[in-house]
Amino acid sequence: MAESQPALQSLVAEFDDVDSVSAAARAVRDAGFQHFDVYSPFPIHGIERSMGLRATRLPWIVLGMGLTGTTLALFFQWWANAHDYPFKISAKPLFGIPANIPITFEFTVLLAAFGAFFGMLVLNRLPEHHNELFDNPRFRRATDDGFFLAVEARDARFDTRRTRELLQSFSKHPVVECHASTESRAFPIWVRAALAGAGALALLPFAGIVNARFRDATSPAFHLIKDMDSQPRYRAQAANPYFADGRAQRPDVAGAVAFDHFLTDPKTLTGRDGENFCGTIPLPVSDQTMLRGQQRFAVYCTPCHGQAGYGDGLVAQRAANLQEPNWVPPASLHDPVVRARAVGQIFDTIRNGVRTMPAYGRQIGIEDSWAIVAYVRALQRSQNATVEDVPPAERASLGTR
Amino acid sequence: MTASATTQAHLEEPYARPKLVEGAEDFGAVTQRVCGVLERPKPPRAWYIGLAISSSLTLLLFTMVVYLIATGVGVWGNNSPAFWGWGIVNFVFWVGIAHAGTLISAILFLLRQKWRTSINRAAEAMTLFAVCCAGLYPAIHVGRIWVAYWLFPFPNQMQMWPNFRSPLLWDVFAVSTYATVSALFWFMGLVPDLATLRDRSTTRLKQVIYGFFALGWRGSARHWQRFERAYLLLAALATPLVLSVHSVVSFDFAVSQVSGWHTTIFPPYFVAGAIFSGFAMVVTVMVPARELFGLKELVTIRHLENMNKVILATGSMVGLAYSTEFFIAWYGGNPYERFAFMNRAFGPYAWAYWIMIFCNVVAPQFFWSKKIRTSPWLMVGVAILVNVGMWFERFVIIVTSLARTYLPSNWGYFKPTWVDICTFAGTIGLFFTLFLLFCRFLPMVAIAEVKGVLPAAHAHPEHPKGGHDHG
Repeated sequence: MAESQPALQSLVAEFDDVDSVSAAARAVRDAGFQHFDVYSPFPIHGIERSMGLRATRLPWIVLGMGLTGTTLALFFQWWANAHDYPFKISAKPLFGIPANIPITFEFTVLLAAFGAFFGMLVLNRLPEHHNELFDNPRFRRATDDGFFLAVEARDARFDTRRTRELLQSFSKHPVVECHASTESRAFPIWVRAALAGAGALALLPFAGIVNARFRDATSPAFHLIKDMDSQPRYRAQAANPYFADGRAQRPDVAGAVAFDHFLTDPKTLTGRDGENFCGTIPLPVSDQTMLRGQQRFAVYCTPCHGQAGYGDGLVAQRAANLQEPNWVPPASLHDPVVRARAVGQIFDTIRNGVRTMPAYGRQIGIEDSWAIVAYVRALQRSQNATVEDVPPAERASLGTR
Repeated sequence: MTASATTQAHLEEPYARPKLVEGAEDFGAVTQRVCGVLERPKPPRAWYIGLAISSSLTLLLFTMVVYLIATGVGVWGNNSPAFWGWGIVNFVFWVGIAHAGTLISAILFLLRQKWRTSINRAAEAMTLFAVCCAGLYPAIHVGRIWVAYWLFPFPNQMQMWPNFRSPLLWDVFAVSTYATVSALFWFMGLVPDLATLRDRSTTRLKQVIYGFFALGWRGSARHWQRFERAYLLLAALATPLVLSVHSVVSFDFAVSQVSGWHTTIFPPYFVAGAIFSGFAMVVTVMVPARELFGLKELVTIRHLENMNKVILATGSMVGLAYSTEFFIAWYGGNPYERFAFMNRAFGPYAWAYWIMIFCNVVAPQFFWSKKIRTSPWLMVGVAILVNVGMWFERFVIIVTSLARTYLPSNWGYFKPTWVDICTFAGTIGLFFTLFLLFCRFLPMVAIAEVKGVLPAAHAHPEHPKGGHDHG
C-alpha cells in the first residue's frame, strides 16, 4: 500500500474535546517533537504552552508599522504644507504639532492595523488554496466540533509505528495517514489564464499614461466629463432652425438704441484718417476728460509704464529683478520716438497692443482710450517742458526757488 | 427551555450569573444554530418583504444620486444662510450609528466582556453598512463629484496639496481610516467562520466562494495564536480610533466660530451621542433579527439588557451635555452664545429641539424599569425613539446655528426639498438592504468566538490529564 502511494506527510489523530487534545499535545511536546500542530474550531487557551510554542513576533511588526505611519504622516504634512507648497492661512504657523496630530494619529492607526492584519496572514502563510489535510473528509470537523493533532513526517523523531502508537493512546478515533497530494498544487489552467489576462489588462492604463506622456498629441485632449467651458450654446453666425430666419444670432429689435454704437466716425473708432494716423484727438477734450484719462491711466497703464510714464512700473521692476529672459521692457513714453508719434498711433497702440503689450480694446472704451491719449500727451509735455511753457506771470516765481 | 422562561429563572435568582449562551451547550449545536440560518432553503417571508421594501428604497437612493449629479446640489434645500443642511446632518447621523459596532467589538473585547461574542459580528456589519451610508454624503455633496478625489493628497497638475490643518481634511482621513480598519477587523473575525461555512457547504459554488474568502483557514494552533494576537492588537488600535473619529467629526463644528458650535465640550459629547445612537440601532435591528432567524439562545435577553444599560448611561451623558451647554452659555456671558441657545430652545426650531429632548433625554429613562429593559418589543420602541432623537440632535445643532448667524439681515429658515427627504429615506433602505443580505449570506453570530466562551471550551482541572497549571 505504502509503495503505490506518495510520501507520507503526517499522522493525524482526531479528538472530541479540549482536554484530550491538550493532553496529547503535551505528550507529543514532551516526546521532543517540533513539527506538529493542533487544529481546533476556536482558539484553545493554554494550548501554546501545552505545545511549547514561542510568542509571536507580530506585535513588533505592528509597532514598526505604527511608528512608520507616525513618521511618514508628520514628514509628509510638513513637506507638503510647509515646504513644497507653503500654505499660509490666517498667519498661522505652517507646521505645528497640535494641528497636524489628527492626521498623524489616523495614519498611525491605519498602518498599524495593516501590520496586524497582513502581518498575521504573512506569518501564517495564508491565503493557501490547497492543503493535504483536507483530503481527509473527517478533517472538516476541525471548523465545527472536532480537534486534531498532526505530527509531521519531517520531524527528526518521527517514526511511523511508534508515533502512531503514541497518538493512538490518546485518541478514540483511528489515527490516519496524510499523504502528499498526487494532484498538482497549481491552479487549473483556466484560472491561470484568467489571472494572466486580468494582469495584462491592469497594465493597459499605465501603458496609456506612458504613451500620453511621451508622445506629442495632434488632437485636443479627450474629456470624459465635460468641464464648464464646453456647454450647450449657439455660436455667433450659427444656424438655429427655431427662428424663422434660421439664424442663431438675433438682430436688434426695431427701434433699439444700443449704447456705444453712436460713435460712427471712423477716425474716432480707429484713430486713422484714411491710411495715416490722425494728428488730433477727434473728440472734445475738457478738464473732465483729462481727469478721467489720469484715472484710467493709473488703473491700466501704470503697472508697466509707471506713474510718470518712464516704463518703470512695478511689473517692469519685478521682471528686471528676476531677469526674465523673454521680457521686453515697456517703452518710456518720454522717448523722442514716442513723443513724435501722432495721437492716432497712441490710440491704436492702446486698442490693439504692440510687441508684448496686450490689446486693451476690450477693457477700455473708445472715449476712455482717447481720454488716456490726452493724458499721455499732457504727461509727455510735463516731463519735457521748457521755461517757455510756463505762463509769463509765473516765470518770476521759478527763479526764486 | 425557552428564552423567556430562562430569563424568568434568572429574575427569580438574582445571584445566579446568567449563562452567555442558552440551550445550545456543545460546539456542534452552536455551528448548527448559526449556519442553519444560512443553510435553510428559503428565508422567512418577512425577510422577502423587508428586502423588497429596502431594495426599493435603495433604488430610490440611486435615482436621487443620479438626479443630484446630473442637475447639481441646487436640488437640495441647502441655501443661504444654511449652507449645511440635511447632507451633513445625515452624514453625522450615520457616522454616529457606525460607532457601536467597533465599540462593542473593540472596547468590550479589551474589557473582557464576554457577552459581546453573540452580538459583535452583527454590530460590526452594521458599522460597515452605516459607514457606507455616511460616506456617500461627503462624496455626493461636493457638486462636481467627478473631482471628489481632490480631497486626497496626490501629486497633481495643479502642484498643490490639501490643507492638512483643516478639520474637513481630518474628517476625510478619520472616516476613511475608520471604514478601512472596521472592514479589516470584521473580515478578520469572519475568516474562521467562513472556513466553517466552506467545510459545511453542500454545493461546489458555495464551497469555492466561501473557500476563497476563508483564505485556506484550517484552525491551526499556530495560526490561532497569531490570529488572537492580531485581533487583540486590532481591538487596541480600534478603540482610540472609535473615539477619535467622532471627535474629528465634532471638530468640523467646534473649530469654526459659529455660536453654538464653538465649544470644547463637543468631542466627548459627540462620542457619547454616537455610542448612544449606535447601541440604539443595534437593538433596533437585533431584536427583529433574532426573532426572525431563531437566534434567541445565542443573543439572549441578557445581551439586550446590557445594551439597554449602555443606552441608559450614554443617554444620561447626552442629557448632561445638553444642560452643560446651557449652563456655559449663561455662565460664559457671551451674548451671542446665549442667544444661540435661547434660540434653539424657544426660537423657530423649538419644535425640533423639544423632540430631541424628549427622545434623547426622557425616553431612555424608561430603561430604569427592568420590565421595559427586558421586553424585546418595548425596548425596540425606545431604541427607535432614540434614533429619531439623535437625528434631531444633529439637525438642531447644524441648522439652528446657521439659520441665526451674527448678521440678522441674513437670517432664514431651512426647508428640505423632496430630494433631501428621498435621499435620506434611500440611505435607510441601503442600510437595511445590506443588513438583510448579510443575515442571509454570512454568519450573523461569531461562531468561533461563541464556542470559545462555552464551558466546554476550557480544560477541566478535575480531568486526569488536563489542567491550567501545566507548562
